[in-house]
Amino acid sequence: MAPRPCAVIGVGQTKYKRRRDDVTLDGLVREAALRALEDAGATFDDIDAIVIGKAPDALEGVMMPLLSLCDALGAIGKPIHRVHTAGSVGASTAISAVNLVESGMYDTVLTIAYEKQSEGNATWALSGGKSGGQGAGGTFAPWIRNYIARSQAPEHIGWMVAVKDRLNALKNPYAHLHLPDISIEKVRESPMLWDPLHFLESCPSSDGAAAVVLGNDDIAKKSGRPPAWVISHAKRTEFGQFPGRDTVRPQAGVECSEALYRKAGITNPREQIDCAELYVPFSWYEPMWLEGHLIAEEGEGWKMTDAGDTELGGSFPVNMSGGVLSSNPIGASGMIRCLEAANQVRGTAGEYQVPGAKISIGHAYGGAAQYYAMWMVSSELNPEF
Amino acid sequence: MVSLAEDVAIVAFEQTPSHAHFNDSEPAMIMPCVNSVIEQVGMDRHDIDFTIAGSCDYLSGMPFAFVMNIDAVGAWPPVYESHVEMDGAWALFEGFVRLQSGDIDTVLVSGSGKCSPGSYREGFSLQTDPYVHAPIGLDPRTQAGFQAQALIAAGKATERDFAEVVARSHANAKDNPYAQLSGDLSVDELLAEPYLQQPLRRLDCPPTSDGAAAMVIARADKARELCDNPVWIRAIDHRIDSHHPTLRDLTDSPSARIAADRVGLHDGPVDIAELTVTYSPEEIILRDALGLNGETSVNPSGGPLTGSPFMAVGLTRVIELARAIRNGDGGRGVAHASSGPALQQNLLCVLEGDG
Repeated sequence: MAPRPCAVIGVGQTKYKRRRDDVTLDGLVREAALRALEDAGATFDDIDAIVIGKAPDALEGVMMPLLSLCDALGAIGKPIHRVHTAGSVGASTAISAVNLVESGMYDTVLTIAYEKQSEGNATWALSGGKSGGQGAGGTFAPWIRNYIARSQAPEHIGWMVAVKDRLNALKNPYAHLHLPDISIEKVRESPMLWDPLHFLESCPSSDGAAAVVLGNDDIAKKSGRPPAWVISHAKRTEFGQFPGRDTVRPQAGVECSEALYRKAGITNPREQIDCAELYVPFSWYEPMWLEGHLIAEEGEGWKMTDAGDTELGGSFPVNMSGGVLSSNPIGASGMIRCLEAANQVRGTAGEYQVPGAKISIGHAYGGAAQYYAMWMVSSELNPEF
Repeated sequence: MVSLAEDVAIVAFEQTPSHAHFNDSEPAMIMPCVNSVIEQVGMDRHDIDFTIAGSCDYLSGMPFAFVMNIDAVGAWPPVYESHVEMDGAWALFEGFVRLQSGDIDTVLVSGSGKCSPGSYREGFSLQTDPYVHAPIGLDPRTQAGFQAQALIAAGKATERDFAEVVARSHANAKDNPYAQLSGDLSVDELLAEPYLQQPLRRLDCPPTSDGAAAMVIARADKARELCDNPVWIRAIDHRIDSHHPTLRDLTDSPSARIAADRVGLHDGPVDIAELTVTYSPEEIILRDALGLNGETSVNPSGGPLTGSPFMAVGLTRVIELARAIRNGDGGRGVAHASSGPALQQNLLCVLEGDG
């Protein structure tokens, strides 16, 4: 049997902000879930199974939180399971939910990812629960320096990404950071956190949740809403440390995108994909992922950024919603990328819509840049390339 | 019953003994299981299409603990892989679902947990609702005590019934080389023991255990190619009840009832049931919810009362059942996994021999 076709038929997001102390964890996930159901024209009664994801439980101090969240998610009497694949989890949770629909066993599936970082200490948790840790930026900064050395990219590339994503975020009402006076000078003058990363080249710490309703082809055709067909998805994992590992362009990332493109029939990603939501928590990861996911040749990714190709209105827009640099509820960030890619091909991206977008990708990575999850969505079930 | 696109079978399985304390890392516990199942199917590990694991960071006391566990499955060259923060039985669920798409053939499933380094009562109290229950330390043993008391108050069971579950489980475990506890115990002796959590006594509760389990599952054609005696997974389903004990009838398990219906449990004989009976009263609730009668042998392995490596224990039930079917002890049976306090979430997996 071939996989059953699967489409996004509804999406929901909370407002992302530093601290959502107006809601409990239950309230937070329910807010996103209800918005996704409303968008899909569905209710909890229509849902056959639920898949939830988030980064480590220690971020909020709740062990296996699906147990206490199931009431708020309308899951009583239903299947609900929890995915955890480090920072890639939001995207791998969405992919797990796609698997449920593609299996033919479940017609309509609700998937939710969240993080309420204000309830804990993210840098402590991201350092494996050890105090005095270097945090994610401390892990990635040396690899970024290595990228700069290898590609001979000029230092302003990182500043450009930081400004571009924050300007995009001004068009997205859900984005955490709204910095209307952002500029290259402000980024350059902001405090250095992990050389070469300045404060304004780093993602914020956010509270928030994102939800997606997925349906099979019958459900999608009946829903009356524009579907985003999930035409391909892929995941790859590699060890975080071993001699000779390429930490700038990890092989798992390369193979993940190869698998994604192969399944969809993509032979020229730069030309055949209209726009992308890539997981860019630190500015330099935009050119690194353009290369690492085969959208640009090696050493050429920064030139796309420099030429303005990745701007909204450019030839290959990246992170039209403002990206992880503007909102980062860690466990949800990957699902937000997938969801925003779907918004583009559904034509529901509002002020940050790429006109006529038909093919888009959502991407997330995690751990020591060792976990990858990507999906490709299309306005058509069987697009021709 | 859900119709399935693909027939799927267990083609290899392995478990560690249930250790009171495994004196090495979690990957070191998983690796022999993984190596064994890979060897059983005679495949290169890189030819496995998809790998999925179940474990829980909180048992190891470290965020991202599961990342270390990929050392045990091998992730170079890169692998197509995922992880659930749940018992390995839910990893099996996701692996089984993944095979239904029909585009891949084999899945490596594992589950692992080390309880011994920490206090699992303290850890598991963080499973409860963080605003009302966790602050008062409402741990699973306390909730199991509520459940036991509710059974007694409803006239559905007595302390003697609990002791009979314990005595039979320990006697059954005498033949199980993987069991941590076993022996001949008389019901009267057990009833003479002091309470640990009234009305529960020490052996009504599980031991602290470390352990791991792994299996390879495959689509039909591949399964026949890989082994002579595949054990077929006829159905798998899981359901959840409300988290709040006051919103539930603690003497029943509606989620297990739904799952039993969804897997078509009584569409054939149920020769064996391997149930995740973490506290002895749970067996009484599950027998009732699953409609099991005297024709079903319940926990011939001894079950979790004789060894309970959390996060592997549910997947181990599936393995114990598969082994019993391969040994000819029965033709069809059900394995059960549970998650959450007081049997909140329940998974059923129906297995059938290759007869």
